[in-house]
Amino acid sequence: MIGTLARDALLVSLAVIAFGLVIGPVAIARGKREWIPLSYAAIYTNFLLVTIATVSMVVALVTHDFSVAYVAQVGSRATPLLYTVISLWGALEGSILFWGWVLAMYAAAVVWINSKRPGNLVPYAGTALLGVMLFFAILLIGPANPFGVVSPVPADGPGPNPLLQNHILMAIHPPLLYLGYVGMAVPFAFAVGAMLSGEVERDDWIRITRRWTLASWAFLSAAIIAGMWWSYEVLGWGGYWAWDPVENASFIPWLTATAFLHSAMVQERRQMLRLWNLNLVVGTFVLTILGTFLTRSGIISSVHAFTTGTIGYFFLGFIAVVLISALVMVAGVSDRLKTVGHFDSPASRETVFLLNNLFLTAFCFTVLVGTLFPLVAEAFRGVKVSVGEPFFNKMTLPMMVALLFLMGVGPALPWKSASPDEVKHKLLPPVIGAVLFAAVGLLMGIRNVYGVLAFACTGYAVVANLREFYIGSAARRSAHGEGWFTALTRLIAGNRRRYGGYVSHIGVFFVALGIAASSSLRTEREATLEPGQSVVLAGRTARLKSVWGREEPQRSVIGVTLEIMNGDVVSGKVEPRMNFYPMSQQPVPTPDVKSYAAGDLYANLQAFQPQGKNATVKLIWEPLVPWIWFGGGIVVLGAIVGIWPNRRRSAA
Amino acid sequence: MNWKRAAIASLFAIPVILLFAWGMTKDPKDIPSPLPGREAPTFALDVFAPGQPPLLRNVGDTIRLADMKGEVVVLNFWASWCLACRDEHSTLSEVARSYAGKPVHFYGVLYNDAPVNGTNWIAEMGGQSYPSLNDPKARTAIDYGLYGVPETFFLDRNGRVAYKHTGPVPAAVIARVVDSLMAAPAATPAAPSPAPAGAASQPKAGG
Repeated sequence: MIGTLARDALLVSLAVIAFGLVIGPVAIARGKREWIPLSYAAIYTNFLLVTIATVSMVVALVTHDFSVAYVAQVGSRATPLLYTVISLWGALEGSILFWGWVLAMYAAAVVWINSKRPGNLVPYAGTALLGVMLFFAILLIGPANPFGVVSPVPADGPGPNPLLQNHILMAIHPPLLYLGYVGMAVPFAFAVGAMLSGEVERDDWIRITRRWTLASWAFLSAAIIAGMWWSYEVLGWGGYWAWDPVENASFIPWLTATAFLHSAMVQERRQMLRLWNLNLVVGTFVLTILGTFLTRSGIISSVHAFTTGTIGYFFLGFIAVVLISALVMVAGVSDRLKTVGHFDSPASRETVFLLNNLFLTAFCFTVLVGTLFPLVAEAFRGVKVSVGEPFFNKMTLPMMVALLFLMGVGPALPWKSASPDEVKHKLLPPVIGAVLFAAVGLLMGIRNVYGVLAFACTGYAVVANLREFYIGSAARRSAHGEGWFTALTRLIAGNRRRYGGYVSHIGVFFVALGIAASSSLRTEREATLEPGQSVVLAGRTARLKSVWGREEPQRSVIGVTLEIMNGDVVSGKVEPRMNFYPMSQQPVPTPDVKSYAAGDLYANLQAFQPQGKNATVKLIWEPLVPWIWFGGGIVVLGAIVGIWPNRRRSAA
Repeated sequence: MNWKRAAIASLFAIPVILLFAWGMTKDPKDIPSPLPGREAPTFALDVFAPGQPPLLRNVGDTIRLADMKGEVVVLNFWASWCLACRDEHSTLSEVARSYAGKPVHFYGVLYNDAPVNGTNWIAEMGGQSYPSLNDPKARTAIDYGLYGVPETFFLDRNGRVAYKHTGPVPAAVIARVVDSLMAAPAATPAAPSPAPAGAASQPKAGG
């Protein structure tokens, strides 16, 4: 019943999108401005209709309406409510529906916020978004229809994929990812609008676009960190990044978006890099579509890939249309994008931004090549190869270290050109930070070159960025007689974009230290323990208290309790488990993590004796890993500071 | 609009699209199963659902692979919670019935499910012509390296795995494979059994 309603809503939405797609360009071409609101109305109506469909799906999931194909595929009466709701994005059709809904929401928000703006930029941007939505509407009517009818109606379903119902982060990571990924369609739409309306020759569209990019970038950053955290907490191998094709798919557009956030400033300030920025905006969107294609078409094997039918061919068609039209548009307008400014001096902020962009795009290209190489190798040599971590680490570590260093140089240098004295005053003091951090890294036991370099460059950049806060606050203190705290908050409030950026940098430093330390200094021990026996790892003692089992509605659980001993006192415990789901023949390991400021004690249950006589556990000491999650939070906080609307600029 | 530049730029898209188009014809999960051509893992499983005449077997009978030497065996792994199994149910049931009396056995093997769920499911689907076996703790499924359900194994007359089908199996595939296996001579130990046509292009897993 509810399936029919939802399907009708999606059918109507297809018609509404088609109408909006025609009426917008016709209104502009005929000069009928009064028709343009009709195209906006189509965007709002589409949002309403897709919302109806999405809510219907959630209702069908929650009420276990197994006549709906998607519910029969992922639902189960025994699954807890939360995991039932979030199975909305647990398999292909539902994820496409959710995707379409997020896109419809963005489109409605774009029109809502910008519809008063004169000119043809916004109408054309709306048309571009309608074009993308048309594709998703077709998917939802055709190959990814989640509202197919199952007859006879099954009594129960298999439940979601066990890995997806094993951790709360599954409720957080995918929506953030969709918000970030799908959000990149908005900057793209503005780029298309700018090209079609001719505004691309001015720089105003970049200002609007940068804000939307920053919002999507914040979601994408949070999603990548949450995905790493999920992988760490759930998969049981104690790592957080494996250069899996789908991890790469989320990371590749993040790199180009990051490049754009920096180079957009150069365009705003100096009217340079216009064509480059246009390419970054368009490229970021194309890369998100590419990522979608890789994850949803079944072309590359990955833990994230869904089983698929014909949908891959639809995506192939879409990516062809997007790629060709983007190339045609950008190349077509390219000779109209004249650079006004020029680089005055190598010692200037814009030069550092240029370098940062070169490294970020080289990084992006490297990851892209590594991800697609297996496909190329099979096409030309007919062999199945996999590109493993060594390739990615070897190629990208130097770039990561260079980027960390540049994060220290950029904020310190002024625009246009710095005098030799200024260069000396700005760039020399942070060297203290580099020496200090390198020493700390060495004392911690890091001996590999990139680990030490990462610590040194981070130290350099930490001092350089903190110094900006210090210099700014000190200036306010002497000018206004404010206290340190007031001076600092007013400094940030007075230039949110700039200082928000520095806050994000500081978040990145935490992430960098976490990655450098955990990848260099991780230690692990595997031990078979009887109750009462203990094992020592990295100065911490863990004693096996008991092996236990319990039945839960949707699974059976075998677990162990390990007490962490501080001398004779129990200071904490970890309880790694194995969860047995009826539909999966393999148990799903469920590690447990005890976090300290210096790192995590990561415990995974490897094996157990049926009578609970003993259990084999793997303990991993993961230095500084909590810093990665904390740093991710700071990165997002910085982005929020940057996006937050300026109310009233302070008198300074 | 500089159309000349635009045309040149669009040419760069073509190799990328062609590469993806080619990639779509490949299944990345299709890492060839080592089983085809090898001796099939043996099993001894009890009937929990009897099937219908003429393929009827008594509930509780033990079916042994060893007892079916010289005949073709079709093993279909399924579960009551599997959506794609519903799609192939009537096809399998009809095709199995049409082969009654020929030297071929059809058996369902219940995967990670309780026999009572299986019996209810069969009743709900309007019966099943061939018997189904219970596979406690999925031992046999593990021996056969099951990737998911439904998955169908075709064993030749020499007790070797000839072909594995992932996902719902179409009637035409069953007929082609079973016919060619029945036509092949039995007991020629050294010669590996040729994979039947169609074995090369396994469809992608469904469900």
